Amino acid sequence: MLKPLKHSLLALGLVFASGAIADEVKVAVAANFTAPMQAITPAFEKATGHKLLVSFGATGQFYAQIRNGAPYDVLLAADDTTPARLEREGAAVPGSRFTYAIGGLVLWSADASYLDGTDAALKAGQFRHLSIANPKAAPYGLAAMQVLAKQGLSETVKAKLVEGQNITQAHQFVSSGNAELGFVALSQVYKDGQLSSGSAWIVPDAMYDPIRQDAVILKQGANNPAAVALVEYLKGPEAAKVIESFGYKLP
Amino acid sequence: MPLSKNDLDAILLTLELASLTTVLLLIIGTPIALWLARTDSWLKRPVGAVVALPLVLPPTVIGFYLLVSMGPNGFFGQLTQSLGLGTFTFTFTGLVIGSIFYSLPFVVQPLQNAFEAIGRGPLEAAATLRANPWDSFFSVVLPLARPGFITAAILSFAHTIGEFGVVLMIGGNIPGKTQVVSVQIYNHVETMNYAQAHWLAGGMVAFSFIVLLALYGGRNARMRAL
Repeated sequence: MLKPLKHSLLALGLVFASGAIADEVKVAVAANFTAPMQAITPAFEKATGHKLLVSFGATGQFYAQIRNGAPYDVLLAADDTTPARLEREGAAVPGSRFTYAIGGLVLWSADASYLDGTDAALKAGQFRHLSIANPKAAPYGLAAMQVLAKQGLSETVKAKLVEGQNITQAHQFVSSGNAELGFVALSQVYKDGQLSSGSAWIVPDAMYDPIRQDAVILKQGANNPAAVALVEYLKGPEAAKVIESFGYKLP
Repeated sequence: MPLSKNDLDAILLTLELASLTTVLLLIIGTPIALWLARTDSWLKRPVGAVVALPLVLPPTVIGFYLLVSMGPNGFFGQLTQSLGLGTFTFTFTGLVIGSIFYSLPFVVQPLQNAFEAIGRGPLEAAATLRANPWDSFFSVVLPLARPGFITAAILSFAHTIGEFGVVLMIGGNIPGKTQVVSVQIYNHVETMNYAQAHWLAGGMVAFSFIVLLALYGGRNARMRAL
């Protein structure tokens, strides 16, 4: 009876002791970067001993929360304008901004035979719903609109567009079969250099403006060594390998 | 004018959704409430609990199950497809169905209370006067339960106006079809249009306050009338 108690007290002591050297970093992460971040988190914690608390969400929502005092140390945005704006407004540490990933866009269907690696099914237009992320809020949604405009399909598919509030929801509409196909982030359907399910057309880079995703250290994390460590880790070779395996490009 | 065309469309759509939902819910909710008020069946408690579920469930749960079940692979979706109706996700019809689930307890519970308050006395009196059940329903139950109907209608209307999670999950943010006011506020906040968000959000606060004021004011007047 006493022994387990003693052990747990010992464990508790260890936790507190390690708490004294390790720091905690709260990071707000764009929804499209969910899968790579989940792979990076344990590796970062193991390599540095710091603890990572990750929140996933839409960049615009994070902006509103940060401007209203949300306790995040680092922001990994889905675009490059939000971190720049936060820096301009004095909510981020000047000079800490950098591009951690360049996003890839993919037209994806949960049905393994719907797309044949080209845009044929998109052009044929035999679908009821085409899912995209809200183009006003999400860079991947904006990129999708650019692709449609370039193909001259903006008007023809307009009545079939359904919008997710962020790229996660856009993907959910497709994966649940409610939309036959949709423009999602390559990282959501791509792993270890190949498509993990369904069928897809990987949109050529030239068809949309590069989705540069910037990270920035926020005012709250200015004096947090773990925040600096996270940024350094994201720039390092181990993180780079993970990020690229999900279909992102690096600057 | 601080509100855009999309904002005005969203307001109209929201009012349309709330009105239609309220009318349908009064029709659907009345027999359920009547049965719950009268029955001695062992089913009374389970059915009452099911009706009350939306009070405690997060709207995202209702929205998620609707998305899955109304989708092309879901039970309800396959049913509507086989009837040639297509699927109801991303449609106004889908929102109406979602709202009916979401606001059901706000109609059934006040009605059930009103019916229970009437008791069996007036109905037995009507029966001795040879009123058939339809007669007694329309000339005895309905007038006596009027305050209950008013409360139910106001609550259902107001609650549907405030719906967000369900619409977010099954709506697809389509202007004029599924983009209601609460979602439009979310859009404005996400895209950093705080001025427009304020106009709509402030409007919602004022509207909700007026509705509740009318509800409580009306309730006091009805109490006095009794």
